[in-house]
Amino acid sequence: MSTDKWYMLTVVGKDRSGIVSHVTKALLEGGCNLGESSMLRLGDSFTIMMMVGSDGTLKNLSDLIAPTAESMGLHTHVDHVQGGLHQHVEPDVHIVVYGADRPGIVAHVTGALAEAGLNIVNLDTDVGGSESAPIYVMHIDGVAQEGIPALESAIDIVVKEGVDAKLSHIETMIG
Amino acid sequence: MAVLEILKYPDERLKTVCEPVERFDDELRAFLIDLDETMRAGPGGVGIAASQVGRFQRICIVDVSVNPKIKKHHGELILINPEITEWEGFKKGREGCMSVPDYTGNVMRAEKITLEYFDEYGEPCRIETDGFEARAIQHEMDHMEGMLFLDRLVSRRNDLFKRKVYQK
Repeated sequence: MSTDKWYMLTVVGKDRSGIVSHVTKALLEGGCNLGESSMLRLGDSFTIMMMVGSDGTLKNLSDLIAPTAESMGLHTHVDHVQGGLHQHVEPDVHIVVYGADRPGIVAHVTGALAEAGLNIVNLDTDVGGSESAPIYVMHIDGVAQEGIPALESAIDIVVKEGVDAKLSHIETMIG
Repeated sequence: MAVLEILKYPDERLKTVCEPVERFDDELRAFLIDLDETMRAGPGGVGIAASQVGRFQRICIVDVSVNPKIKKHHGELILINPEITEWEGFKKGREGCMSVPDYTGNVMRAEKITLEYFDEYGEPCRIETDGFEARAIQHEMDHMEGMLFLDRLVSRRNDLFKRKVYQK
């Protein structure tokens, strides 16, 4: 695709069926091209972070999506971004962290890992368990910029602080 | 010797089901030298199938010793008309492919396999292997069926609780 003007479109709204199809139909009819995206349900909200290629202005894109947003009860936001496609960063480490839910798990764990050289490529978290006894589960893919042993030491520390965490090496097979 | 051109998806030829090799001759062995050179020219490539360079026969080369982190391996394996006769266990791992640049994804593979094949002189061989090398062999053998790792991708999310599934 030849578009060189990219925007990051953020969409948030109460989950219902048809959000993706309606939003992307409006974009298609407006002459836009889609890049990479993340679209997922968080709690009872549906969220979209989507690269949209368009020759128009930021306001054109906002206006284009407005009727769909209005009719489906969605909040939208648009930023201009650099494209940067075809430059995937290959993670070499996968970390799973879980424990009884309490404030600070993400901040403490990612703080310790960042200090040990982790560059996060992908992270998602879920709250499972019951309302009275929630559990927190975090998946992280990243690049160990200062090596795996530094991250293992950081993991040892967060485990002592009361969460379970497991690091596994990602050895990507190219064939 | 030559580095051959690698077919890139969405080239439909990558979906070709390959024919068995019937003649183990000098022409085949000359091709294998080129195929080996092509594999080593690709960044990080530990395996290559003949169909990736447009020769639709059941031929592949695997050499995971290219990756210094992999300690357990058989060195260079030239696999002609390979068949997996036994497999055990399943494990998810990340794969990429020289025919699918700038994309990697998770794929389930058998953890341990027994493989029967012919070498470049037509001698029957048999090995048992596991882990990274077994994964590489299964990836290359998929090419012989016209399959890419894209056909076997599993979800990036929720893998902690996902039941293991292996489907052809």
